[in-house]
Amino acid sequence: MTDLIDGIVEREYAYGFHSDIDTDFSPKGLNEDVVRLISAKKNEPEWLLEWRLTALEHFLTLEEPSWQNVHHPPIDFQDMHYWAAPKPKEDGPKSLDEVDPEILETFNKLGISLGEQERLTGVAVDAIIDSVSVATTFKATLAEAGVIFCPFSEAVVDHPELVQKYLGSVVPPRDNFFAALNSAVFSDGSFCFIPAGVACPMELSTYFRINAAQTGQFERTLIVAEEGASVSYLEGCTAPMRDENQLHAAVVELVALDDANIKYSTVQNWYPGDAEGKGGIYNFVTKRGRAGNRAKISWTQVETGSAITWKYPSVILQGDDSVGEFYSVAVTTGMQQADTGTKMIHIGKNTKSTVLAKGISAGKAQSTYRGLVKVLRSAEGARNHTQCDSLLMGSECGAHTFPYIEVKNDSAQIEHEASTSKIDEDQLFYCRQRGLGEEDAASMIVNGFCRDVFDELPMEFAVEAQALMRLSLEGTVG
Amino acid sequence: MLSITNLSATIDGKTVLSGFNLEVGAGEVHVIMGPNGAGKSTLSNVLTGRDGYVLSGSIDFDGEDLLAMSPEDRATAGLFLAFQHPTEIPGVGNMYFLRTAVNAVRTAQGLPEIAATDFLGQAKDAMALLDMDPAFLSRSVNTGFSGGEKKRNEVLQLSLLQPRLAILDEIDSGLDIDALRVVATAVEALRSPDRSMIIITHHPRLLEMVKPDHVHVLTGGRIVRSGGPELATEIESQGYASAMADGAAAPSTS
Repeated sequence: MTDLIDGIVEREYAYGFHSDIDTDFSPKGLNEDVVRLISAKKNEPEWLLEWRLTALEHFLTLEEPSWQNVHHPPIDFQDMHYWAAPKPKEDGPKSLDEVDPEILETFNKLGISLGEQERLTGVAVDAIIDSVSVATTFKATLAEAGVIFCPFSEAVVDHPELVQKYLGSVVPPRDNFFAALNSAVFSDGSFCFIPAGVACPMELSTYFRINAAQTGQFERTLIVAEEGASVSYLEGCTAPMRDENQLHAAVVELVALDDANIKYSTVQNWYPGDAEGKGGIYNFVTKRGRAGNRAKISWTQVETGSAITWKYPSVILQGDDSVGEFYSVAVTTGMQQADTGTKMIHIGKNTKSTVLAKGISAGKAQSTYRGLVKVLRSAEGARNHTQCDSLLMGSECGAHTFPYIEVKNDSAQIEHEASTSKIDEDQLFYCRQRGLGEEDAASMIVNGFCRDVFDELPMEFAVEAQALMRLSLEGTVG
Repeated sequence: MLSITNLSATIDGKTVLSGFNLEVGAGEVHVIMGPNGAGKSTLSNVLTGRDGYVLSGSIDFDGEDLLAMSPEDRATAGLFLAFQHPTEIPGVGNMYFLRTAVNAVRTAQGLPEIAATDFLGQAKDAMALLDMDPAFLSRSVNTGFSGGEKKRNEVLQLSLLQPRLAILDEIDSGLDIDALRVVATAVEALRSPDRSMIIITHHPRLLEMVKPDHVHVLTGGRIVRSGGPELATEIESQGYASAMADGAAAPSTS
């Protein structure tokens, strides 16, 4: 058992290569000039520059929050670059053939060769390296269905009315410290619009990757599903190994109008830092959706990476009979810390939410579930079921659960279940008696523990998630 | 096949087995009976490699030093335990688990892994013999199974893994008479000249259906008496105390 834990702590990060791409930086630091530079680089309209500057002004009045159950040295927000983009060889790629081979090689190492994805999987990928989308596939097929799926910066130019209408409508710039920061300096991200009555003909996928050193990545994702529309969106993340910590402060906004359905799945495998806790990504993300009448928003996440994860994908159940779901697996090993959970805000009548969170801790990792279920006076007949299960591997890790429940309507039905257990020696032995090595046995048991969440993932992500779990437990036989 | 010499086992300072000797030849079925606390479960734990015991003595398994092997190496070498209390593993499909186990053994034997479709056929045939609903394949391992269902699932694994030495630890406990007959029939069908079995039981009823070659009485951490099937009959009619008293007066050899 000790060997098993040591193995997990010592596992190597498999995606820790760094691509030697010529990069264009902004000067270090955060001020009005930098914001103006970013806006100018992207040829943004005046209203968006103003929007950014207002956010910056607000941000500069805020103090970094400290209530979360994670510990890290203070972040110097003046000591990082807020803009980094791969330098175009000429004017920028018109098609995959023109994309910098180094970039394509990066994706190949990640196992998501765009060309291959295009031919074989039928998944449209909007790939983002640092701040600029380098290639977007399947745009034509999507356009036929009326679906817009493009880099955020492109949407600002091509669909300004849609961006202006919905940007900040779910996560306003003043929402919180990191949302304000993101609003001021966001570089790129994805924009997705599904018109009324359209079921998006394919699953949409974005691969995020932080490449340059000392860069913060501040992407902004906005997904709008009009009345009766539906879409499934996949987000995968990796980052190279570096000694210093890197900040990732993204904002994701989902707008599901009446009868719309948005499913948002994340597999997050940012670099977690080394065994002593040096380096790794600070993953401070604001994700929130707003559901109209009978609309449904479902968040599914598998979080295995990052030095620190701090995020609460949430649903505002504004419309009557709307549904919010949150399915999460958070794996923390080594010196990782995670403070994650969800917020379900019940406003409409007969709104329903389900929360299923599985936390796995090994090594010296600390894993926290923090969840809010809020039922407003208007939310007649609201229902919530929350289940949080924690699995501990070894005796130096920790699991914590902070459920907040605020109910202002007597007709609400709220259920909360929580459990914490150690990986079961009887289960391990049972598997080993059947011929499985200790590592395979542990992997199988942990995957079983997460099964209910994995079942919610789209097929290709479920396979990746299980492979990732395996990787997390790799090298465990001493 | 199996040769246990002067085995002693201590856990938490308490000696559970002491001066334990047993020889099991190929194709033989041995029964170990004994009162509660005699050391029966310790024997199966030690044979399969559970940690926590301080051991001395030796166990030879087909020329190999069993005590030096990891639990999984013992399993892939052909040692199988039907657990007294099979563990539930939520979220892990029974079919997937069974096939993984079979493939672990096949890989150790240098055989190619069995394809899912071929395995499904074999599993269904074996389940029919055990009167098990194929739906059990899609459920999680032992999760929510009744006591009897868990025992059948153990025998199902036994029949799919085809071990050289099977230890059945109280496979009969918690079974009603009909279930016992089904399990006994399946076990009897698995007897073969190159497969040995050690059946640990409290109850002689199983032995009316699976005829043993040798019966041993275990008490105080060692075998105090050995004999043929008639010894089981004697224990049933007269109890352990009498059997042990006779044994003390006239130790039999086998």
